[in-house]
Amino acid sequence: MKKILTALALGASAVFASGAADAATLDQVKQKGFLQCGVSTGLPGFSNPDSKGEWTGLDVDLCRAVAAAIFDDPSKVRFSPLTAKDRFTALQSGEVDILSRNSTWTLSRDATQGLNFTATNYYDGQGFLVRKSLGVKSAMELNGASVCTQSGTTTELNVADFFRSNNLQYEVVAFQGQEETLKAYESGRCEVFTSDQSQLYALRLKLADKDEHVILPELISKEPLATAVRQGDDQWFDIVKWVHYGMLNAEEAGITSQNVKDMLNSPNPDIKRMLGAEGNFGEQIGLTKDWLARIVTKVGNYGEAFDRSVGKGSPLQIERGKNALWSKGGLQYGPPIR
Amino acid sequence: MAITHDGPAPAARPQSTSSIWNDARFRGNVAQIVVVAVVALLLGAMIWNAQENLSNQRIASGFGFLNQTAGFGLNQTLIPYNESSSYGRALLVAILNTLLVAVVGIVFATILGFLVGVGRLSKNWMVRKVCTVYVEVTRNLPLLFHILFWYLAVLAAMPAARNSYSIFGEVFINNRGVYIPRIVFGEGSHVGFIAFAIAVVCVIVLNKWATARREKTGQQFPVFWTSVALLVGLPFVGFALVGFPLTLETPVLKGFNFVGGSRLLPEFAALVVALSIYTGGFIAEIVRAGIKAVSHGQSEAAASLGLKPNLSTRLVVIPQAMRVMIPPLTSQYLNLTKNSSLAAFIGYPELVQVFAGTTLNQTGQAIEIIAITMGCYLVISLVTSLFMNWYNRRVALIER
Ligand SMILES: N[C@@H](CCC(=O)N[C@@H](CS)C(=O)NCC(=O)O)C(=O)O
Repeated sequence: MKKILTALALGASAVFASGAADAATLDQVKQKGFLQCGVSTGLPGFSNPDSKGEWTGLDVDLCRAVAAAIFDDPSKVRFSPLTAKDRFTALQSGEVDILSRNSTWTLSRDATQGLNFTATNYYDGQGFLVRKSLGVKSAMELNGASVCTQSGTTTELNVADFFRSNNLQYEVVAFQGQEETLKAYESGRCEVFTSDQSQLYALRLKLADKDEHVILPELISKEPLATAVRQGDDQWFDIVKWVHYGMLNAEEAGITSQNVKDMLNSPNPDIKRMLGAEGNFGEQIGLTKDWLARIVTKVGNYGEAFDRSVGKGSPLQIERGKNALWSKGGLQYGPPIR
Repeated sequence: MAITHDGPAPAARPQSTSSIWNDARFRGNVAQIVVVAVVALLLGAMIWNAQENLSNQRIASGFGFLNQTAGFGLNQTLIPYNESSSYGRALLVAILNTLLVAVVGIVFATILGFLVGVGRLSKNWMVRKVCTVYVEVTRNLPLLFHILFWYLAVLAAMPAARNSYSIFGEVFINNRGVYIPRIVFGEGSHVGFIAFAIAVVCVIVLNKWATARREKTGQQFPVFWTSVALLVGLPFVGFALVGFPLTLETPVLKGFNFVGGSRLLPEFAALVVALSIYTGGFIAEIVRAGIKAVSHGQSEAAASLGLKPNLSTRLVVIPQAMRVMIPPLTSQYLNLTKNSSLAAFIGYPELVQVFAGTTLNQTGQAIEIIAITMGCYLVISLVTSLFMNWYNRRVALIER
């Protein structure tokens, strides 16, 4: 229902709008006084309301960082929980300013959905979750299996590719929401639950008998989970992109939420530029000089957000792996701030 | 040519200029043409504007996507489909799946509704109460609840494939659905099919003849049992002639699931059961109201003619009640069809799930897809209505 409403809203706006270019998103956000951020309906580690109803997670932290950079207040964010199906329409129709919801960056989404991916917040790949009692050690042993997944995801397409290219029989059962998908898997409708691997770690926590399930070793796809903004507003695109890169640069330079105050006095020119003691880099993208200092003070650097949400400081216990900084053998690489 | 012709001038039709605008028919036509033109222009402008805006926002538009490869799998396809089929093909599969649920649901809901509706008027206290409880319980719970109950609660109680409930080793029930043996028709089976077709024709002719005879002479003929005998007997003889080229393909457990035989998806089963039970409650009330609407004098008159209560219900009351029942019944059928879209919650691959869901998300073409989806439901609903209206007129004609 919601989907149809959003689609109708989009239709109406497309049909009746005058065609004039959108006002700058940054100005709109400042005028509203808060950022509207599209997240998942609840995925531990990425975007999930905690026991107090506060949204937490790596995807949530990106939105909080943008709010911190604009308002110097990470709480000036409102979250819109979106299912996989609804997310892009919500961004297109202007319901959200940012889509920060474990969404895979693909060519067709980039080209045809009226959006731009800013940067990859988490490098992932698709995996399989099965019951231990099945005795399956590898995905290649899944011939004839029923697979539960969420509809409207890259997951749904990858699983078809995987089984087809390996000449394995399968049956896919696709559900609209994550709750239903997980319930069906739990009730034994499927041998396999498939999703991005990080999400398997997260959702396994939600299972009643979580130790009875294993994640198979294979990763069958590349899933760069990236943040997206509406196409056509380059300033906003730059801001969201550089907030992520800023957090990476801060981690690389060793600036943390603990030491940022002291770092302000650092003689290191790199750090001086980042924290706004030298140059006007924040202003060049429409923010303030101290944009990154605000972010790191209020939200932390990328590594801090990672550890707290999905890493060692979280129940998920995911290794940095591909999400380590490039200097530590990973893929996260922030272009220089200068 | 007629214009330049200077013959007897307008004088021949003295009031022509003033009368044409005084003619209500003419004025009406002009007004209609103007309205249609304005609406068409507006629509054209809207479509043009939408295209312009979508291309400005870099959102794909147009219907070309229907020919592109879908890339996703579907687990119930009434026509051949695989991952390399097009989105258009996936749409077709989805429409057929919606129709299947709708048709099967309507049949079951109607049977259930009639039984319960008549039961509510039964003289038997027990039957009456059971039927009342059924109606109250089903009508007063949200449909989504029915669907989730039949899907999740019942599914969770089903065993895994390896421990399936087995009926004579032929039918298997587990959390993957119901597996039944499939009859495989071998060489020569067409003889049997032809025999069946002949039987159908015979039954129709027999019916016509028996009705005509009854109306002329009042004599009854056991049409029902003769028909059954024909429909079973003739094909049997036909298949016997070619030596029964039929084999039974029994489902067997292979790996995780059963292979072979025919399979009823649990999603399909849950949806049909939920829709039938839910809509059956409403239909029962329609049936009860319809029967009540037939004046008591009718059954008294029938009784005084010596008709037994059963016959009087069947021949006198129900035909008249039908006339009252058909219009509300039509809207229940339409509701059931549209309600099948709640299947998205349990992953049955129907129109909303496959097309307005997966396809929309993969292609991002919200406007086109929602328009097509609405169009599909509209066509299905209109066809249902047309059929029911036709039937309504047929029933109504019996009145003398
Ligand atoms: N990365 C994939 C899949 C993303 C996805 O939606 N995953 C599911 C995993 S079950 C999810 O996060 N669902 C949460 C929700 O629907 O709120 C994509 O972009 O298509």
